[in-house]
Amino acid sequence: MTDAPVIEVTGVSKSYGGVVANENVSLTVPAGGITGLIGPNGSGKTTLFNSIVGYHPIDTGSIKFKGEEISTYRVPQIARLGLLRTFQQTRIYSNMNCIDNMLISIPHRKTGFRDMFTDRADKATLEEVDRLLDFVGLYEKRRLISGDLSFGQQKLLEFAMALMNKPEVLLLDEPTAGINPTLINGLIDRLRRANEELGITLFVIEHNMRVIMNMAQTIYCLAHGQLLAHGTPDEVQNDQRVIDAYLGAH
Amino acid sequence: MEKFNPKLHLPILVFGLAAPFVVPGLTIQVAVLWVMVLFALTWDVMGGQMGYNSLGNIFFFGAGMYICAIVQVAFITDVGAYTASNGGVKIPFTHQEYFMGLICGIIAAAVGSALIAAALGWTVFGLRGPYFAIGTLGIALAAGELMGTWEWVGGGGGISMPVYPGSADGKAYLFYFLCFAAAVATYLFCSWLYSTRFGLAINAIRDDEQKAEAMGVHTLRYKTIAWAVSAFFLGISGALFGNITGFIEPLEVAFPTVTFGIFMVAMSLLGGKGTLWGPVLGAFLFHFLKEFTWTYFLGWQWVALGVLIIVNVVFFQQGIMGWLMEKFPEKFGIVVEKKEAAE
Repeated sequence: MTDAPVIEVTGVSKSYGGVVANENVSLTVPAGGITGLIGPNGSGKTTLFNSIVGYHPIDTGSIKFKGEEISTYRVPQIARLGLLRTFQQTRIYSNMNCIDNMLISIPHRKTGFRDMFTDRADKATLEEVDRLLDFVGLYEKRRLISGDLSFGQQKLLEFAMALMNKPEVLLLDEPTAGINPTLINGLIDRLRRANEELGITLFVIEHNMRVIMNMAQTIYCLAHGQLLAHGTPDEVQNDQRVIDAYLGAH
Repeated sequence: MEKFNPKLHLPILVFGLAAPFVVPGLTIQVAVLWVMVLFALTWDVMGGQMGYNSLGNIFFFGAGMYICAIVQVAFITDVGAYTASNGGVKIPFTHQEYFMGLICGIIAAAVGSALIAAALGWTVFGLRGPYFAIGTLGIALAAGELMGTWEWVGGGGGISMPVYPGSADGKAYLFYFLCFAAAVATYLFCSWLYSTRFGLAINAIRDDEQKAEAMGVHTLRYKTIAWAVSAFFLGISGALFGNITGFIEPLEVAFPTVTFGIFMVAMSLLGGKGTLWGPVLGAFLFHFLKEFTWTYFLGWQWVALGVLIIVNVVFFQQGIMGWLMEKFPEKFGIVVEKKEAAE
């Protein structure tokens, strides 16, 4: 991990009608690290993710990716820069098999007109697909229709698809939600390895405190759309404001 | 791309090549069957493979028909003067004039329709789901009405097509084989297209367009090209069909929204949308049923087709190919594959 921020969010506000979802939020995500984002339901975490990846225009503020202002860019443009997100409700291409899901997830950064009409995959790409499906434990089910997989397996497939895209930064929206405890351990291990071995910066929304406190080096906590606290996992866990607003007394 | 399968492809090729000689009285009906195959395949590029259920694809059939007619007439005389005569002027086209006009007309119809689709795509692809269906239907309906007011192309009175300089049988054979070739070319092109990255991308757009955007896929580019591909082949079919009928007018022949426009959707659904063979199968079945009811149940033919469509949509949404894939997944490669076995 380096201190250089790969994402810089400065003074971002976003309202839906009369509801203020984010108010003057500022944070940075250091390159190469794992950063957590926590907060109660409705605190504006997913809205902030949506703002970063271009799902909606922000009202005020600035969002920079590697120093480049991206707050006016659209979703595919931002994705092609190498800033990718997964969804709270897992999203895969449910009528396609796992291999095809992976093949269409290759980076589209330099896709020209002719590239659109090339063969689906070359040998190296197919090997990469097999390797990543093996990495998430879906190799044997690779020819099954992805919509027929269990919820947890779909979550793993979505993660493998994100890795196939070779992102620099991956925004994960509740990656362990709805997954059984055994699978959670496997997923944490794979997230760590993606960060350490592939050098992918992770920015993670997570309600499972055991997961996020063990994984992240820095944690931000939102409440009522505002930044409540940030620091190391220990600092945030012991911050009285975070305890009152989110964690509760144990 | 699908490899040549003698058991599957050969009977169809033999049927296609032999039909006008074996059943010469049905040459035009079988020619229309190939037009139906083309309709179903081109609709499926949009509706089945990409999830954009266009109800206005018939617009490109009519556009191609008019473009071809204009080029054919303009090759020898002034279009305005020709149409103003309401078919009263019979121009004896030479073989060279006729065939040069026809070839240029078909090319112009294909390219022109594709360009119109690309231009329209930039606006209508802002619409999704039912709004896209209604928006495209509006385009086809509006086109029929607008062409009816454009006197230069004959308005509501239409255009009498240049007369084929030969026998009636010769004309029937020529356009039969052109329709057959157009259907085969469309099938081969779709088969190739779906084997490329393009096929994957439009399938991804169908399954979850927002996800595809979030993964960086150039969705608008793919959608526009898909519609242009559809329009390219539909333009050719319109050019051929206009010449087969010998007379074109906007509402019943060029932009028949409630007949051909709906048939193309119904055929894809019946055979199984989103598959290569489904639309072909659907076109064969639908056309056979249509001709059968028209011949033996005249007066009830629309009721019979209506019942077929309702049963299909309510009880059999996956279509024939979809049902086969559900029933025999292993035949379509949908299997659990042990790692050891694969290596």
